Amino acid sequence: MPPALQIEQLSKTYESGFKALNSVNLTIERGELFALLGPNGAGKTTLISVICGLVRASAGTVRVHGHHWTEEYRTARRLIGLVPQELTTESFETVSATVNFSRGLYGLPKDPARIEQILKDLSLWEKRNSRIMTLSGGMKRRVLIAKALAHEPKVLFLDEPTAGVDVELRRDMWDVVRRLKASGVTIILTTHYIEEAEEMADRVGVITKGEIILVEEKNALMRKLGRKQLVLQLAEPLARLPESLTAYDLTLAEAGDELTYTYDSQGERTGITTLMSDLREAGVHFRDLQTKQDSLEKIFVNLVRQSQ
Amino acid sequence: MNLHAIRAIYMFEMARTGRTLFQSIVSPVISTSLYFVVFGAAIGSRISEVDGISYGAFIVPGLTMLSLLTQSLSNASFGIFFPRFTGTIFEVLSSPVSYVEIVVGYVGAAATKAMMVGVIILLTANLFVDMRIEHPAWMVLFFVLTAVTFSMLGFIIGIWAKNFEQLQFVPLLIVTPLTFLGGSFYSIRMLPEFWQTVTLFNPVVYLVSGFRWSFYGQADVSVGLSLAMTLVFFVACLGVVAWIFKTGYRLKS
Ligand SMILES: Nc1ncnc2c1ncn2[C@@H]1O[C@H](COP(=O)(O)OP(=O)(O)OP(=O)(O)O)[C@@H](O)[C@H]1O
Ligand SMILES: [Mg+2]
Repeated sequence: MPPALQIEQLSKTYESGFKALNSVNLTIERGELFALLGPNGAGKTTLISVICGLVRASAGTVRVHGHHWTEEYRTARRLIGLVPQELTTESFETVSATVNFSRGLYGLPKDPARIEQILKDLSLWEKRNSRIMTLSGGMKRRVLIAKALAHEPKVLFLDEPTAGVDVELRRDMWDVVRRLKASGVTIILTTHYIEEAEEMADRVGVITKGEIILVEEKNALMRKLGRKQLVLQLAEPLARLPESLTAYDLTLAEAGDELTYTYDSQGERTGITTLMSDLREAGVHFRDLQTKQDSLEKIFVNLVRQSQ
Repeated sequence: MNLHAIRAIYMFEMARTGRTLFQSIVSPVISTSLYFVVFGAAIGSRISEVDGISYGAFIVPGLTMLSLLTQSLSNASFGIFFPRFTGTIFEVLSSPVSYVEIVVGYVGAAATKAMMVGVIILLTANLFVDMRIEHPAWMVLFFVLTAVTFSMLGFIIGIWAKNFEQLQFVPLLIVTPLTFLGGSFYSIRMLPEFWQTVTLFNPVVYLVSGFRWSFYGQADVSVGLSLAMTLVFFVACLGVVAWIFKTGYRLKS
C-alpha cells in the first residue's frame, strides 16, 4: 500500500527569487499524525500549498496514496482536505451553504446527514443558518475545518489550526482531531504550540529555511535529544559553588538554595553517582530532588539555533 | 467531468444574485427605463425614424446589448475577483475541478444573470415601444454568444485586476465608450464617412449590428460579418482564459 504522502525533491522558488523550499523529501504513512514545526517563514505553508496545488512546484513530485499530484490531480485532490492558516471565509454565506458548497466542489452529491454530523462534531450546528461574518474568529476556524471535512478526506492538512483559539475550543478541536485519526485519517499539522505536537503527534518534522532538518518519532526524539535535569533543593543555601564541583554542568540558583545538574539521559554515563559522592565530600546536603526532561519546545529551539 | 462541482459553483454564484437582487436585476431595469425616457422620448421625438424604424424601437437592441455587455462584464469580473480578494479561491484551486469546469461554472452563472437582465430589459422595452423580432433564432444566438463572450472577458478582467480600481477600469473606460460609440443609439451610416471607417474597428459595432438585424432585418454591416467577428472575439477570449489557467497567471504563485 503506497504511503499517504510521498514527497520527493520538492523545491519552490518564488518569482521574487526567494527559495522557500529546498529539495524536500518526506514520506508520511497512512493514519499517522505528523507535526511540522518550524519558525515563522520556514516554509510550512509553502510546502502545504505546493502539495494542495495552490502554489506551483519548481521541481519535484508529490504522490498522494500513490497518485501523482498533478497528473492524477482529481484522484489525488479528492483525498486531501485543507484547513488554511488564514481565516478565509465567504463572509456573506451561511455556515451550511458554504459547507455544502465545499462538498459539491469535490464532486460529491449532497449528504445532509453527513454535514449535520460534521457541524455537530464541531459545535456549529446551532450556527448553521448564521452568516459567517457574524461568527467569532474561533468559530470561523471551525467552519474552515468543517469545509475541509465535508468531502471526507483521507489526508488532512491543518495549518496552525489552533492559532487564536481559546483553551476550551482548542481541547474540543483536539478531540475532533483524535476522532479523525481514530477513523484512519492521516493528519499533517503545523503549529507553534509545541505542547500540542508533544501531546498529539506520532512523528515530528522540523523545517527551517525551506529544508527539513529532522524527522523523527516523537518519543524517540524526546529520548534522543532530551537532556535531563536533576534539581537538588539544598538543606542550606550556598554562597557559591564549591571548587571541587566546577567540573560538573551545575548551576546554582540565585538564592543559593537550588542546584541544577544538566545531563544527557541517553549518554553512556549520566555522572549522577559521582556527583552524589562529590557533593557529600564537599559537605553539600540536600533535602529533596527531582528530575526534569526537556520539552519538545526546548529541543526544537536548540535544533533551529544549531542550524543557523 | 465533475458535474457536481460545476453545479456547486454555478448555484453558489446564482445564490449571490439572490442576495443582491436589487443591484443585480432592479437597477439595470431602472437605468434602462431612464434611457428610454431620455433617448426614446426626449431625443427620439426629434429623430422620429432610423432606417424606417421608429427611433424608440431602433434603440431597443442597442440598449439590450449595452446592458448585456456591462452586466456580463461586471458579474463575471466581480464573481472571480471577490474570492481572489478574500482568499476563498484557495478552495476552488485545491479541489478536483478542472479549469474548464471552473470557467463553465463562473462564466455560466455570470452569463445567465446577464441574460436574465437582458430579457427583463426587452420586456420592459416592450412596454414603451412597438418592436418585432424577425429572426428569433439569430437573436438568441447573438444574445447568448455575446453574454458568454463578455462574461469570459469579465472573468479575464477579474483575474487580471489587482484591486477594485482596476476592476472598474476596463468596463468604465473602455467598454462603455465602445458601446456608446458602437451604434447602440444611432446607425453608423448617420456618421461622416471618416468616422464610419473608424467605427469599423470597434468590435461592439458588429454585435449591435447583428443583434439589431435579428430584430428588424436592418444592419450596418452584413450579418455574416457580425457573426464572424463575434466568433473571433469569443475564440480570442477563450484563448486568453486557456492561457491564464495554463500558466496560473495571478492565480498561483
Ligand atoms: N507569494 C510569495 N512570494 C514570495 N515569497 C513568498 C511568498 N509566499 C511566501 N513567501 C516567503 O516564503 C517563505 C516561507 O513562507 P511560509 O508562509 O511558507 O512560512 P511558514 O513556515 O508557513 O511561516 P509561518 O509560521 O509564519 O506561517 C517566507 O520567507 C515568505 O516570505
Ligand atoms: Mg504558515
